[in-house]
Amino acid sequence: MANTKEVRKQIASIKSTQKITSAMEMVAASKMKKTQDSMLEGRPYSLKIKDVISHIALASSEYPHPFYEERAAKKACFIVVSSDKGLCGGLNINLFKQVIAKSAELNEQGIGSCFALIGTKAAGFFKSVGGEVIAVAEKLGDKPNPDDLIGLTKVVLDMHKNGDIDQAYLCSNIFVNTMTQQPNVEQLIPLAPEEQEESNPSQWDYIYEPEAKELLDGLLTRYIESLVYQAVVENSACEQAAKMIAMKNATDNAGDLIKELELLYNNVRQAAITQELSEIVGGAAAV
Amino acid sequence: MSTIKINIVSSSEEIYSGEATMVYATGTLGELGIAPGHTPLLTGLAPGPVRVQNGSEEEAFFCSGGFLEIQPDLVTVLSDTAERADSLDESEAIKAKEAAEQELANKDATLDYAKAASQLAEAVARLKTIQKLRKKQ
Repeated sequence: MANTKEVRKQIASIKSTQKITSAMEMVAASKMKKTQDSMLEGRPYSLKIKDVISHIALASSEYPHPFYEERAAKKACFIVVSSDKGLCGGLNINLFKQVIAKSAELNEQGIGSCFALIGTKAAGFFKSVGGEVIAVAEKLGDKPNPDDLIGLTKVVLDMHKNGDIDQAYLCSNIFVNTMTQQPNVEQLIPLAPEEQEESNPSQWDYIYEPEAKELLDGLLTRYIESLVYQAVVENSACEQAAKMIAMKNATDNAGDLIKELELLYNNVRQAAITQELSEIVGGAAAV
Repeated sequence: MSTIKINIVSSSEEIYSGEATMVYATGTLGELGIAPGHTPLLTGLAPGPVRVQNGSEEEAFFCSGGFLEIQPDLVTVLSDTAERADSLDESEAIKAKEAAEQELANKDATLDYAKAASQLAEAVARLKTIQKLRKKQ
């Protein structure tokens, strides 16, 4: 049977782990609020730009933009948004699983894959799994800056322009609520045509100042950038929520373990006392 | 009086949303006046003020660039950064302008010329917005 000293040591070590996890839980809870706020702040912009983009899709433009064009697909690029830090449960791995599944599905149709990765975890994962990585953006911090993502987005868009890739997918977690985060793979390019509003059947087009091509290029690039940025911000809210839940579970589990070990400790202690007593009584009887 | 809906958003927040009888903005090709029923138009925004008139009331905003979309009943301003004009600080703007000018004058140093020039344009536009506001008061 284990001796009391060993059990005590074990309890002490689990208690200190519990302290750490509960501190991390509280940190995640306070960060979660902030990340959720910044997620909500960015929403109006992405909604409005989405409106504008869908208007443009309806307009019979003199310049059909390549992002709307359905090409025979040979290669697709996945922009994978992950967290920089771990200890957030299955958040990242659930997403990666979906990405791999989608990539395998495309592979069956003869479409190759390459990856643009955001976040240290994705970089680490795809390094070990293999796969062609074309761009990486890491260590964005709790408040990601749109500027940090422009480089990565540009690599993807340039490859599309040069015809190296024909499709792009954005893979990230969607924040449903604190308890639920939904991994999601969304088609970015070609831009999925919005549901047609039946109200405006007549042919119309914008007046473009200065040039349609220049403007649409700029606007659509900005649109893609804003989608990627919004995904990163949302993912970071997911990360904090998942981390909070994961750390809460860890703290609870540590509490259960400590309870069990304390029971064991008392058993052992009682057994030792009983044994000593019986030895004393036995000794006294012998005398 | 007919009005047009206007939304001003920047990448980090929603700045303004409401009705207007007239909107003035600075496009890349010059100043625009937008009345309700304007023909659809898409343009880039130059750094400068965006003014929203609703009857006799007027509000001014500063945009550092972005896009402007006009539908007959809707104006959408997608700004890179936008601020309410009353929150602009004149002394800050002057400081920024001077710093940008200095960087430009100091050409041989290893600096990003294009960046400095755009900083200067932004600072000047900021000042212009403030001064326009002042005049009206």
